[in-house]
Amino acid sequence: MTSQVIIQAIISGILMGLIYALIAAGLSLIFGLMEIVNFAHGDHLMLSMFSTFWFWMLFGIDPIFSIPLTIILMAFLGVFTHYFIIRKILNSTMLIQICATFGLAVTIRALAQFFFTPDFRTIKNPIIQGKFEVYGVFIGYPQLFASFVCLFAFILLYLFVTKTETGTALQATSQDRQAAEILGIPSNKMFALGWAIGLSCVAVAGSMLSNYYYVFPDVGVNFSLFAFVAVALGGFGSINGSLIAGVIIGIVESVGGLLIDPSYKLLYVFAVYLLVVILRPQGIFGRY
Amino acid sequence: MSNLLKVENLSRSFGGIHANSDITFDVNEGEILGVIGPNGAGKSTLFDLITGFTKSDKGQVILRDKNITNIRPDLICRLGVGRTFQKLKPFADQTLLENVIVGALVKEKNLKVARDKALEIIDFVDLIEKRHHYAKELSTGQRKRLELARALATDPKLLLMDEVTGGVDQRTIPGLVELVLKLKKNGITVVTIEHNMKIIMDISDRILALNQGKRIAFDTPKNISQNTQVIDAYLGTVDAA
Amino acid sequence: MNLISKELLQAKNEPLNYFNKNSLIIIGIVVLGLFLYPFISPSKFALHLLMMIFMHAVMSQSWNVLAGFSGQISLGHAIFFGIGAYASGYFYTKFQITPWFGIIIGIAISAFIALLIGVPMLRLKGHYFAIATLLIGISFQVIFQRWPEVGASAGLYVPINRDSPWLSMQFHKNKVAYYYITLVFFIITFFLVWLLNRSKLGYRLKAIRDQSEAASSLGIHVSKYKVIAFIISAMIMAPMGSIYAQYVLIIDPNNTFSADISILVLLISVMGGVGNIWGPIIGSSILIPISEFSRIYFGGTGRSIDLIIYGILIILICIFRPSGIVSLIPRSFREREKVK
Repeated sequence: MTSQVIIQAIISGILMGLIYALIAAGLSLIFGLMEIVNFAHGDHLMLSMFSTFWFWMLFGIDPIFSIPLTIILMAFLGVFTHYFIIRKILNSTMLIQICATFGLAVTIRALAQFFFTPDFRTIKNPIIQGKFEVYGVFIGYPQLFASFVCLFAFILLYLFVTKTETGTALQATSQDRQAAEILGIPSNKMFALGWAIGLSCVAVAGSMLSNYYYVFPDVGVNFSLFAFVAVALGGFGSINGSLIAGVIIGIVESVGGLLIDPSYKLLYVFAVYLLVVILRPQGIFGRY
Repeated sequence: MSNLLKVENLSRSFGGIHANSDITFDVNEGEILGVIGPNGAGKSTLFDLITGFTKSDKGQVILRDKNITNIRPDLICRLGVGRTFQKLKPFADQTLLENVIVGALVKEKNLKVARDKALEIIDFVDLIEKRHHYAKELSTGQRKRLELARALATDPKLLLMDEVTGGVDQRTIPGLVELVLKLKKNGITVVTIEHNMKIIMDISDRILALNQGKRIAFDTPKNISQNTQVIDAYLGTVDAA
Repeated sequence: MNLISKELLQAKNEPLNYFNKNSLIIIGIVVLGLFLYPFISPSKFALHLLMMIFMHAVMSQSWNVLAGFSGQISLGHAIFFGIGAYASGYFYTKFQITPWFGIIIGIAISAFIALLIGVPMLRLKGHYFAIATLLIGISFQVIFQRWPEVGASAGLYVPINRDSPWLSMQFHKNKVAYYYITLVFFIITFFLVWLLNRSKLGYRLKAIRDQSEAASSLGIHVSKYKVIAFIISAMIMAPMGSIYAQYVLIIDPNNTFSADISILVLLISVMGGVGNIWGPIIGSSILIPISEFSRIYFGGTGRSIDLIIYGILIILICIFRPSGIVSLIPRSFREREKVK
């Protein structure tokens, strides 16, 4: 095994990891705000990928141009989800919250199967395609581009949350709902905003993935599992944590697959989760 | 009188804040020991340390001759230390009777015997007619009695009560106080955290005063009421408020 | 003495558990009816449907014992279904051990695996526990998909045996036997859970579910009982896997260790009512017919119309009836009607 192969694996891992990171950031943001794990997160990703696919299929819009459209669609879906479902279960038990988002996941996936059929689809001849070689390491343009866009979106998210007034309000609600309410920050609006942002994150990730990934109704399953792992690793509610955790997962997945056996990729990532939560339940970067 | 409980140099800090530092006191068999102190003085932490809910950094808790420092809460219960919680923790979806049966099952192997014992204790705390009500349907005062009954059902030699009269409506306070005195009559040693100074002065044999995690006095009620440090601690909080 | 002790005396004379005569009679009639049903109208589909309802009611009861009695939410319960299916299937295929004994092996292995999973998971609370079970459940599927000894992704084909149906637990001519096997397991399981609910163990588990700190202040070793609940739950699930395996005679990782099964048992329980022993029966009687009928009307996998309905129903239940359909039934028909 040459060093090039290992470098190749690490680079692919990092590129994929940045996408996991953005997906996880959306999940983490929602969790931080209202302590609800969105078990439909992967299915929201799948919807974003289908949205991108249909924009291309029906209107010939390339994924890099349909990103804003998909973001708008998903943000609206987020607000809708909050308004019609989440808002009503905020004070329910954790079981009911888990069940409601699982119910949503089941519905979305089944609807996708019904309307889109379980077929695998791809976007043919997108603007960004091909690959290049540096010192024997191959990097695909779509992968590289996707990671850059996700990283960029991540930075925007970070700046929004930390530098803008609305972002600060969001953080205040996340830390102490009642105190924020007293300061005049309407938590309900903040929650809706959280859902809009959370789903915008998967919209970006989904658009970029559909440049080079198969689009099918079950596509979100593994991504959401990795996102759960990333959020737990990074500490539930920590957006920065999910960036590092996402990259770690990407590397574990691809290097583990290279060194041991690629068919057990999922298991390496899960093993990382179990080790982390059993040894350090608050996550690597989480506050307790 | 012999010591039932001895606490020596018990300490615990949370992220640099000394919730309890070097607390030393003892509890005599059959007495009522009052614990006072302003909010954040470390009273509830002290209870958590004694009953094993929080691990101590330093110090010892000795029940009779047995060192019970940092052992599991359920074992401490089985050794005869019962407790109630400041923030009430009833089994909300179960009836009063079912709540108390859980306590009674510690010593009783037979469910029917445990049930009968639970009923006697519920009668003792004057809630017999509410036995089939769900815990979530009871008033705060009734829930305090529920927690007391539940703890009593485990046959404790020592009962730690965290603010029995806190948060209940004024009219129900005398009944609760009477209940505490009834416990003493029944030979149960009581350590009680209390905010109401009048009550604590009336019922306690001795008082432990804490402030900012430290013991500032440990004496009879009469001496405590004249202790300048205690007066300062309380006036201090009044100023701050 | 005074009035209070009269009340105490009366309280002591009350029975430990109330039995509602009406509901006992209804249960008796229903059970009798279920036993006689194959003689009245042995339509293949109806028997299949009832069998699926019983089976899923037991599977959900297994989940319900864990969540409803000890408050732990598992998203990976298919593990024990799969172990049950593979245990009986593997030992029959390789060593011709009768599936009846295979069921017992499955129960034993499930209990052991539950112990292995349960102990390290004790530190995990809430979402961490739920997600961990989800990932462990999928890990089992991944491992079995790649384990050559048990046929990897192709799975195991249980060899057909037409000579000794009872020994091989295969009934090719008449499916009625499967119906009775599941019915008996269904009744036994519900009776045992009903006993558990009223036992000392049940009291302790429900205490942990409602308030684990208070439970430990009352002398309950919380970790030990949580593991016990996990083991009991696993042991209830395993036989259903074995029976299912004998019914379809094909065992593969996708129809046994499937996340769909883990989620389905949760949905059924929540639909019916978590923590209530009737919840799984009610949930199963509502959801299972939906998928069986949609399979008939829409063919094949029913184009997942059943799942669309499931999902929407569950969301509605979560929003409007979080305590499940069982809470719609008047209290007097449930338990403890003498109260108040």
